[in-house]
Amino acid sequence: MSEARANILARLRAARRGAVPDRPDWTPPAYGPDRLARFRAMLEAVHGEVIEVTSATWTERLRTLLAERGVTTAMAAPDLGLDAAWAGRGPEVVAYDRPVEAMKDRLVHDIQAGITRARAGIAETGTLVLWPDAAEPRLLSLLPPLHVALLRLGTLADNLSALMAEQNWAAGLPTNLLLISGPSKTADIEQTLAYGVHGPKELVVLVLTDL
Amino acid sequence: MPADRPRTVYFFGTCVIDLFYPGAGLAGMELLKRQGVRVVFPPEQSCCGQPARNSGYFDEARAVALRQMRAFPEDWPIVVPSGSCAGMMKTHYPDLFDGRPQHDQARAFAARVFELTDFLVNVLDVRLDDRGPPLAVTWHGSCHSMREMGVVDQPKALLRQLANVTLVENPREKECCGFGGTFSVRQPEISAAMVADKVAALEETRTARVVSGDCGCLMNITGAMARSGSPMGGQHIAEFLLERIDG
Amino acid sequence: MGDFTARAPKALNDPTLRRNFRRAMDGLMAKRALQFQDRDAWDALRARGAAAKARVVARLPELLEQLEARLTANGIRVHWAETTAQANAIVLDILRQAGARTVIKGKSMVSEEMELNHHLEAHGIAAIESDLGEYIIQLAGEAPSHIVMPCIHKNKAEIAALFAENIEGLGYTEDVDELTAAARRALRGRFAEADAGISGVNFAVAETGTLVLVENEGNGRLSTTLPPLHIAVMGIEKLAERLDDLPALLALLPRSATGQPITTYVNMISHPRRDGERDGPKAVHVVLLDSGRSRVHADPELRDTLRCIRCGACMNHCPVYSRVGGHTYKFVYPGPIGKILTPQLEGLDCAGDQPHASTLCNACVEVCPVRIPIADILVRLRAESIDPSGSAAVKGAGSMRKSLESLTWKGWALMHSVPLLHRLGTWALSRLGNLIPAAALPPLSTWMRVRSRPVFAPKTLHELAREKGYGNE
Repeated sequence: MSEARANILARLRAARRGAVPDRPDWTPPAYGPDRLARFRAMLEAVHGEVIEVTSATWTERLRTLLAERGVTTAMAAPDLGLDAAWAGRGPEVVAYDRPVEAMKDRLVHDIQAGITRARAGIAETGTLVLWPDAAEPRLLSLLPPLHVALLRLGTLADNLSALMAEQNWAAGLPTNLLLISGPSKTADIEQTLAYGVHGPKELVVLVLTDL
Repeated sequence: MPADRPRTVYFFGTCVIDLFYPGAGLAGMELLKRQGVRVVFPPEQSCCGQPARNSGYFDEARAVALRQMRAFPEDWPIVVPSGSCAGMMKTHYPDLFDGRPQHDQARAFAARVFELTDFLVNVLDVRLDDRGPPLAVTWHGSCHSMREMGVVDQPKALLRQLANVTLVENPREKECCGFGGTFSVRQPEISAAMVADKVAALEETRTARVVSGDCGCLMNITGAMARSGSPMGGQHIAEFLLERIDG
Repeated sequence: MGDFTARAPKALNDPTLRRNFRRAMDGLMAKRALQFQDRDAWDALRARGAAAKARVVARLPELLEQLEARLTANGIRVHWAETTAQANAIVLDILRQAGARTVIKGKSMVSEEMELNHHLEAHGIAAIESDLGEYIIQLAGEAPSHIVMPCIHKNKAEIAALFAENIEGLGYTEDVDELTAAARRALRGRFAEADAGISGVNFAVAETGTLVLVENEGNGRLSTTLPPLHIAVMGIEKLAERLDDLPALLALLPRSATGQPITTYVNMISHPRRDGERDGPKAVHVVLLDSGRSRVHADPELRDTLRCIRCGACMNHCPVYSRVGGHTYKFVYPGPIGKILTPQLEGLDCAGDQPHASTLCNACVEVCPVRIPIADILVRLRAESIDPSGSAAVKGAGSMRKSLESLTWKGWALMHSVPLLHRLGTWALSRLGNLIPAAALPPLSTWMRVRSRPVFAPKTLHELAREKGYGNE
């Protein structure tokens, strides 16, 4: 198929060159002190929930919100320390510590909530930025019907442009980078919104306001 | 746009007005004249060339366009009682002659082209004194006047100057009436569906008349109205305005 | 050649279809309008997005090589296909080498171009569509009627009946939540057992070797994460030069498409599963498909077509599309973008009537987020379709030329560029035009099917202007 490559590139190169336009200035919006309010409004508008917590209160708040939803089995990275914090009062916490091939059944059928950290947030669109890794793999935020994400307020950016530049994403991206703005949804049937079509039906963001 | 009020303007009558709606052309010229402007109608003018251009006959369109460019030699504004023909001259003449010796001439010509209602509002700043009886009308803007000439509010501003006229806006005002020149006969079923919907939307205003700045749309819309037994009729805005100020 | 024209009446005379489209398009237009209320912000954003894609088109060969190098360095295998047949063969070969029997698919218009599902099924591999809309039309055995919302032509009752018939244990219900939950249940197992996932690509970033996919449902993430093998198929034009081109493009795409500020998921894939990672495919392949695109690229004016980011705003705002629906176009890409893309990919000899199926109303041009001059390209393609010179840029150029039509336009041009002929011609028309029997003029009788006959005025404006003293003095 290298012949196809050569032919395609040769055809493209044979074309008359056109001008390469400059990128005109474009400044996405900034929110100053209203950043969190914007984030909340945007995420709530797409059926997400935003709860303000602190590093002292979040584990307890998480425990109650899981209890309210009847969650008995949650999945989270062990270093979040939930088992220790809950001391047997919370749901069972399962670690995603083996390859998906060995976890598939539990992930697809059993786990009721996935708990992850967010690397950052974006106020403009009410978006979470996830960089899944070995401790918090990609499917953790996707297969369970409830996704709870922890977001440090200090990582909330105005917009995607600013965040990319600040964290120099172009220098090295993870295997998979995710922008998540709300629970899974579809409007394929008569433009009527329905949630949880393939991914979580519910997304709750715990914003750590002291971090 | 000329900062000073021009003393003389050219009038480009358009081929549809020439043959089917000469009253609209005369009314347009009369409106300009009453503003104290001398109006010149060069007899060598014919058609803007849009039918050929839109059908893909570029050589034929250029031949006709060149004839128009020669017919309006002085550096006077060229006022056109049709957003569609004005759009052709303003937007597409320069494109048609891109890379050809007449390109600069086409650009200079295009810069002098004005749609009638835009000229009345933005250049002449007209004030209309309505002497007609109370009447409700609705407005149809042509696609090219809106999207090529940026003429959206100007004609409505003129209608709103008329004290006894109520402008009732219609739903889907920005949707095409389905004329599209040769489209109306190349795609007759789609065109028929579009104009039927347009007539229904205009009838929803429960006004007696649709006023428009483009006779192509009017021929299509009023033709469908007449054929379907609609109680509505239509009129070019120049004729309508003149009728109102004459009482 | 007259296919589009011949198919249109069927759709026009289907009141349910007309209602379904009208309702859907009205909703989409209203939602998009809410996103771009600030005119200046829209202009600036759109200028940035248009420039980003114009740069891609201008630098396409270099950027493709850069993309290939970065993807390869990231461990993603790159394949090139000149034709859809080659692309199908590549995909099949990858699946066979992996021993894959079942495939779960995310939404991809390029895979529709390839008719990939048919190809795989013919070779014993089952391909299940997982986007809800695609799943619905796969059950119905139909093709998508819209590039963003494939089953937009169907209403709730039609889908309820389809599901009741096809999904075990589900009775007839028009409850959208129940229908959606049924699809989730039906597809979950399919995801878990699939040997491979196939997806499209919204933007492939040349700078970093990253595949960007946008979606709301999560099926795209599942298709590209759960199975051990991921194959992405994409047209060679779907690139972004740099990562920082994404913010503008991502701000334009979903807002133009469905009026959403952002899709639920933006899925950026840069590597297969790395050592120590728990999930993600162990192998990722990208198939770059030409299939006529390099030919579109050859022409400096027509190549603007390749800027398209497939948002569908042009069709949502098209008065023709909203009345005839997507299936009337027959080819994969309907609406205004289809009218300019299909004739270039398939040839004017088989889709030459599509550029004529437009009033040139410019509604599409007004909303296109990357400023594709759709109306100008439509007109250019009309010209190509009748261009007798052998050097024409488009496949099938000149195929619609009719000598009587050409002669008529020559005569028309003569009449309108020689003042004496114009004077004689218009004099005759104004005196005799109303006497011509409609039957003698087919366009006139066509016009008069739903409209009254246009009446020539007794005197032309030229004559009246002269009488009133408006002539040159």
